[in-house]
Amino acid sequence: MDDDAVFRALADASRRQLLDRLHDRDGQTLGDLCMGLQMTRQAVTKHLAILEDANLIATKRQGREKLHFINPVPINEIAERWIGKFEGPRLAALSDLKTRLEGEDQ
Amino acid sequence: MTEQSPIQNLAKSTFVYVTFIRTTPEKLWQALLQPEFTQQYWFGVTMKSDWKTGSPWRMTLSDGRLGDTGEVLECDPPKRLVLSWRNEFMPELTAEGFTRCTMELVPDRGAVKLTITHKSDVADSKLIKAVSGGWPTILSNLKSLLETGEIALTPNP
Repeated sequence: MDDDAVFRALADASRRQLLDRLHDRDGQTLGDLCMGLQMTRQAVTKHLAILEDANLIATKRQGREKLHFINPVPINEIAERWIGKFEGPRLAALSDLKTRLEGEDQ
Repeated sequence: MTEQSPIQNLAKSTFVYVTFIRTTPEKLWQALLQPEFTQQYWFGVTMKSDWKTGSPWRMTLSDGRLGDTGEVLECDPPKRLVLSWRNEFMPELTAEGFTRCTMELVPDRGAVKLTITHKSDVADSKLIKAVSGGWPTILSNLKSLLETGEIALTPNP
């Protein structure tokens, strides 16, 4: 897969927001994803196409509906390329610590 | 709203993972099923079956325990494999009953597009949650093994 396409797709706050929404609840339709967003339906459609080209989302037809699923595999590949091999356990510990400390702040 | 989804609960317990691997469908099919391959990229597990529609299959964990079991629902090498799938070693997951895992292999621009879809009829399925964490690493290792002959990451003990 093309790493450039993955980074380009991720280099946009709206697209990251769409991924966040799928991460919260996977398998949403275009209509579900548009709800409560400031973007037009056309803009969301365009962003979803870029995410799908980068293999960051996968789509499945179910009856009349097209459902969108977050596909974490390319991000995992990027992580393992530079991080996983050496730093996995330590980074996981650090990230747990960050989550805990930031959780306490709120 | 015209796009209400009546199947949202079902979709909640589904994941769809896709990876593109520079290999042939035949080699990928072998790698998905043959113990000498699966042991290398899949946390040491082996799958056993005659891979005929209607036959049982079972997965053995690296420590020899029974992992998951099920039935071969469809087998069309090297294109499509559909398995019923139940966890056998964590009682709360076993209680959820059978899930359904579909593996599809489609040649795509000199590579093979591998799509893994795993679904449960149980809303917020714990099994789906458990397996969805493991698959990305398994798939990255599988890709790495087929493309370079080595796995990227040795599984954490």
